[in-house]
Amino acid sequence: MPKRTDIKKILVIGSGPIVIGQACEFDYSGTQACKALKEEGYEVVLVNSNPATIMTDPIFSDRTYIEPLTVPYLEDLIQRERPQALLPTVGGQTALNLAMALHKKGILAKYGVVLIGADEVAIEKAESRELFKKVLTKVGVDFPKSGEAKTLEQALEIVSQIGFPCVIRPSFTLGGTGASIAFNIEEFQVECNRGIEASPVGEVLIEESVLGWKEFELELIRDRKDNVIVVCSIENIDPMGVHTGDSITVAPAQTLSDVEYQRMRDQALAIIREVGVDTGGSNIQFAIHPKTGRMVAIEMNPRVSRSSALASKATGFPIAKIATKLAVGYSLDEIPNDITQKTPSCFEPSIDYVVTKIPRFAFEKFPRSDARLSPSMKSVGEAMAIGRTFKESLQKALRSLEVTWSGLNVLQERRQIKTEEGWVEGIKNYIQTPKPDRILWVAQAFREGISVEEVYSLTAIDPWFLRQIQEITIEEKEIRNWSGKLPEVSEMMMRSWKRIGFSDKTLSEILNTTEESVRAHRYALRVLPVFKCIDTCAAEFESSTPYFYSTYEEVGDKVNHSGKKKIMILGGGPNRIGQGIEFDYCCVQALFALEDEGFESIMVNCNPETVSTDYDMSDKLYFEPLTLEDILHVIESEKPAGVVVHFGGQTPLNLSRKLAKLNIPILGTSAQAIEVAEDRDKFRALCSCLGLRQPESVVVSDPDRVIEAADQLGYPLLVRPSYVLGGRGMEIIYNSRELQKWLRKKHEITEDSPLLMDRFLSNAIEVDVDAICDGEQVLIVGMMEQIHEAGVHSGDSACSLPPITLKKSIQEELERQTRLIALDLKVKGLINIQFAIESDTIFIIEVNPRASRTVPFASKARGVPYAKIAMKVMLGKKLHEVEIPAVSMDLVYVKESVFPFKRFPETDIILGPEMRSTGEVMGVGKTFGEAFGKATLASGYPLPLTGTAFLSVKDADKGACLQIAKELVNLGFDLVATKGTADFLSRRGVSVRPVNKVNEGRPHIVDHIKNGEISLVVNTSALGVHEVGAAYELRRNTLMRNLCYFTTVAAARAGVQAIAEHKRVPLSTHCLQERSL
Amino acid sequence: MPSHGWNAALYLENGHLFLGKGFGARQARGGEAVFNTGMTGYQEIFSDPSYSHQVVVLTSTQVGNYGINPEDTESETLLLKGVVAREYFSEPSNWRAQQNLGDYLEKSGVPGISEVDTRRITQILRDEGAQRSIIFPIEKETRTEIQAKAQTLLGKIPAMEGLELVSQVSCKVPWEFDEKKNKSRNTLGTMVVYDYGVKWNILRSLSERGFKVRVVPYQMPHQEVLKEKPAAVCLSNGPGDPARVPSAIHEIQGILGKLPVLAICMGHQLLARALGGETYKLKFGHHGVNHPVQELETGRIMITSQNHGFAVNADSLPQKDVKISLINLNDRTVEGFVSTTLRFSSIQFHPEAKPGPSDANFLFDNFLKGFVK
Repeated sequence: MPKRTDIKKILVIGSGPIVIGQACEFDYSGTQACKALKEEGYEVVLVNSNPATIMTDPIFSDRTYIEPLTVPYLEDLIQRERPQALLPTVGGQTALNLAMALHKKGILAKYGVVLIGADEVAIEKAESRELFKKVLTKVGVDFPKSGEAKTLEQALEIVSQIGFPCVIRPSFTLGGTGASIAFNIEEFQVECNRGIEASPVGEVLIEESVLGWKEFELELIRDRKDNVIVVCSIENIDPMGVHTGDSITVAPAQTLSDVEYQRMRDQALAIIREVGVDTGGSNIQFAIHPKTGRMVAIEMNPRVSRSSALASKATGFPIAKIATKLAVGYSLDEIPNDITQKTPSCFEPSIDYVVTKIPRFAFEKFPRSDARLSPSMKSVGEAMAIGRTFKESLQKALRSLEVTWSGLNVLQERRQIKTEEGWVEGIKNYIQTPKPDRILWVAQAFREGISVEEVYSLTAIDPWFLRQIQEITIEEKEIRNWSGKLPEVSEMMMRSWKRIGFSDKTLSEILNTTEESVRAHRYALRVLPVFKCIDTCAAEFESSTPYFYSTYEEVGDKVNHSGKKKIMILGGGPNRIGQGIEFDYCCVQALFALEDEGFESIMVNCNPETVSTDYDMSDKLYFEPLTLEDILHVIESEKPAGVVVHFGGQTPLNLSRKLAKLNIPILGTSAQAIEVAEDRDKFRALCSCLGLRQPESVVVSDPDRVIEAADQLGYPLLVRPSYVLGGRGMEIIYNSRELQKWLRKKHEITEDSPLLMDRFLSNAIEVDVDAICDGEQVLIVGMMEQIHEAGVHSGDSACSLPPITLKKSIQEELERQTRLIALDLKVKGLINIQFAIESDTIFIIEVNPRASRTVPFASKARGVPYAKIAMKVMLGKKLHEVEIPAVSMDLVYVKESVFPFKRFPETDIILGPEMRSTGEVMGVGKTFGEAFGKATLASGYPLPLTGTAFLSVKDADKGACLQIAKELVNLGFDLVATKGTADFLSRRGVSVRPVNKVNEGRPHIVDHIKNGEISLVVNTSALGVHEVGAAYELRRNTLMRNLCYFTTVAAARAGVQAIAEHKRVPLSTHCLQERSL
Repeated sequence: MPSHGWNAALYLENGHLFLGKGFGARQARGGEAVFNTGMTGYQEIFSDPSYSHQVVVLTSTQVGNYGINPEDTESETLLLKGVVAREYFSEPSNWRAQQNLGDYLEKSGVPGISEVDTRRITQILRDEGAQRSIIFPIEKETRTEIQAKAQTLLGKIPAMEGLELVSQVSCKVPWEFDEKKNKSRNTLGTMVVYDYGVKWNILRSLSERGFKVRVVPYQMPHQEVLKEKPAAVCLSNGPGDPARVPSAIHEIQGILGKLPVLAICMGHQLLARALGGETYKLKFGHHGVNHPVQELETGRIMITSQNHGFAVNADSLPQKDVKISLINLNDRTVEGFVSTTLRFSSIQFHPEAKPGPSDANFLFDNFLKGFVK
């Protein structure tokens, strides 16, 4: 069927900020969808609240809106744009829910908008558990017994029929938030109460446990002629009980015979047909009992998903792109296979390699959080690796994670294992619980001689995978025989080790030598990898897809060379807190610049969620770990004219010195300049030479001198161990007692690991400046004033562009200092500087001569693709030679951060110097208040315009709180406050009712919150200090009820402005393309 | 560690030599090397008589994972000559597994070679065409010695084109298939299956639908078949060059128009020849479970299980009675034709699947509806 001509304009909804469970994969699918629709000549209207995305780059759609993803804003822009159709299936659960809300409110009908991809009926059937069960029953597919409960009584009745263990899932939450397992009645009651509370509709699903069953997923596509294909099968190494996003997964499925696989396929086809997903991708999850083979369907997503992004990268089949084309009317046979170009898309990819995905976690950032993996997703990113065999792919994936692992390392941190019961018993105990590092402990179990059978009974990980891991440890033993005898290792031996996937680093550890020696010897033996191509068809047809992975075989696939000069861009690896989509945005922009300037672009990355790992984005894609070893192989094979390390965040930047040492040409800012910025002493020297101020600081390597040095510096102080990056372990210390406590608790201070202490600028305003320098000229990209006071990590703070409180003279001075530093460091490309301003004195906090997290925000706010311009400068262009679009600057843009606190119920939500946000949103308005209000709303917290505000602030904030209180009263709010705050305010004439803290008797503030009597919470406490008890309980309840809350006075002040503005002005939306002058 | 471990070599006719590790029977065997791109189903593939005299290269890299079970077998004995895999596992993990793949191959005297670059081998077969090959154990010989030995061994391997294999694999006497002992369900009468190397799942598919299934030798005179008054005749799959089985073609001609005929794979090619059509050798054949086939009448696409090295030339078929009904969307080759006047349905691929998707199962039902019920 040809494409639909009754539709001209299509609305695409993105997935919003990066959160756990919804990350870059929806930028990938959304970008593909927008591209596909434009390619077909449709006018594309895109809305997404996330400015860090590539899809919101104005080139991908005709009309781009960075607006809150809520019904009122969507209605406003539907009314403005009048699209005929809405594609709800590429923006994750967010877009699907929003589309359903628009449908239920009659807005789609009112404006004549039809859903394409999946319609209301299909979405409802797949999403509603009741209807989905009916579908399964109708097509004869088995499923776990279950029931829904709105009260504990109902829950108890259901569990009496189902038995233990059982799973408790709160209804209608994102990515399985709050799902848990109960093994006994006591746990069951706790979890049911928690679940009913977490569910927006106050309901839980209680399900027969399929804990320990084998877990599989199928990615399917269906067209309107009812043709269905299975793009990929995925098997989870971690059995049922761990969210698939948190599991190590493998494609294709490894332990099913054809009969079993086809049975699963048949059932999946029957389900998708009955649900009626007409045109598009879906994913269906199955569990199989390991002993009986009983198979049950678990769930279905009637949309593209994280797994479909993984499946696309794993097979080379672009699910989102094809699904989009199907949504506008094509059938599978009408769309050619991108990769072979000779065959149609209606086939099922066959793969001749093994793909392993490993999630990356951030538990260390959430004190007291439980690192146990469960049906509720907790990982913040993932790495994927491709190898010819499972062993090779697993070991590549492990080193791709960048968590200091180079393979199945022997963990140094042995304290996880409780050794009272003996080392081996300790390990056996440990591996019973799924945890981020369990796979390494499984390997350790084999090193200790525990059998596959026993490890299986402890972990329920399929013996096939266990045996593979065991074989790796057996091979280690063989290798260990050559410890100290590296020169005697033969070519044959070295090759056989590399074929199993051992990295040079792992080999060096086993052989007791250095990574460099292993590499040198290996090169001398000519044991080098070849590159094979991902072609969707296991080499059955010729293809010239430029999508490669390395492996150790005799012959590689043909790699074409365009004859143009080649530039290689190193990506950012797996998402983590502090390094995510922003850097992928920069990498992709850099790829565009290379295309513009006529270079051959080569992308290297290992994150399957990203746009940069779409083989369509670069001339060549190498899906490889970002380790020196793996990158060198690509460099040696491709011989690029230059390597770019500045766009992928800290990952490639950390490699720059090693690459420079090997005389690899690094484009842009030199490795030496990077070193100056990163080396504390060199940087201090630079600042003093340029006459710039830094906060006073001291390095102490003698533990006995710490207190004395601190006293000299003066409190408050910012302390951090020297080896950390991204705010890890940083804390603000207010007095010597706290310092002593911190010292006792945290770590040893030695010559090798000294302690760094900075004077903490407690009332300073922090400013981020991004700029591009071509060596002669400096272009200021953005000056962003942070809303929170200094002490909150810049990645967590909301910020405004343009600055809101900075005097013109200060702004000019900031620009001057930026120029000075950029020119002195001979920066070629992007630079980011963090300043703090305390009573008009400017301090330099940090300089990063690379793309920063704020580049995409600034680019969207100012309508200029800065990363792309920076790349052009790095290629040798001068700033005056680059076209810089002029856009109107009469709007205010606010970036707000989004936090994963709901997933870590044990963690306090107070902000601090350690970054913990996973994503960001942008608010646009005519005033700061309007923009901040929209940003707050977009981050998930609707701004209350009336009601009762609760205030409880620390002493230092009381003065500032007075003004806020007065304004709230003026805005018509009633005030309640804890005793101290209430006394302070009422003595100054503010009408306020005192309220009990949690430990002061009932009813207390949490009672009021639970009763829905509070609409706004302002609660400040010492930054970065995680409390337990009353304050924690207050903040937790605030969070779980989705109340608008502020934990710093600065934010509260901004919030009050926002409320005032939102009461004053009507809702407005702004199209990015309309700003061009 | 895997129990396999003898040194093995694989030599391809065009001069390519690969060294790896042996599994299965430690002996030299050879045949036409073909690749199969299915990611599951090695047991069905290996036990499919159509692979007689062939060496199967599996593109899927992990082989042996789920072992061998008693249910998923497609014939009594293994007729293929060798197996080529990237990595072999001797310790299967699956609740139905009763044996490992190596032992299973060894019992039938089939050698396997692993630790070789199966992608490279596949590319050679794709680019240079299917060719003769040999797998054999090696000791400490030099590469030149191995090469010389390979050439000698290869000399004894016949080329597939022009090779008549049906007589070797067909049953010698008629027999009745009643795997599930469900005689009571034989409501449709008898289906006579000409055995050119039949896969059991064709028999299962027919039996499940209510036929009494009678398997007969490929040379069974058509008069005898007609005398039995069966409801229909099925021409089975099988190995080798369809041009070399004139006796089978002769019998088919005797039945055409007199009884409904369902032809599958080799049966399809023989039927084409019986109609006066031509068959030709494909460069590297269709061997996999992901081939898109379109039913021309409805536009419906099915993902199919395929295993054939020869194909039917569409233009050579008589226009009058025969209509092309199915085509392969990858290369537009003929995948099926029908005749309402002569009452047959002819299918190039495997509607019975095993291995592969069941998308085309309905073709059995269509045959029933169209010509039998």
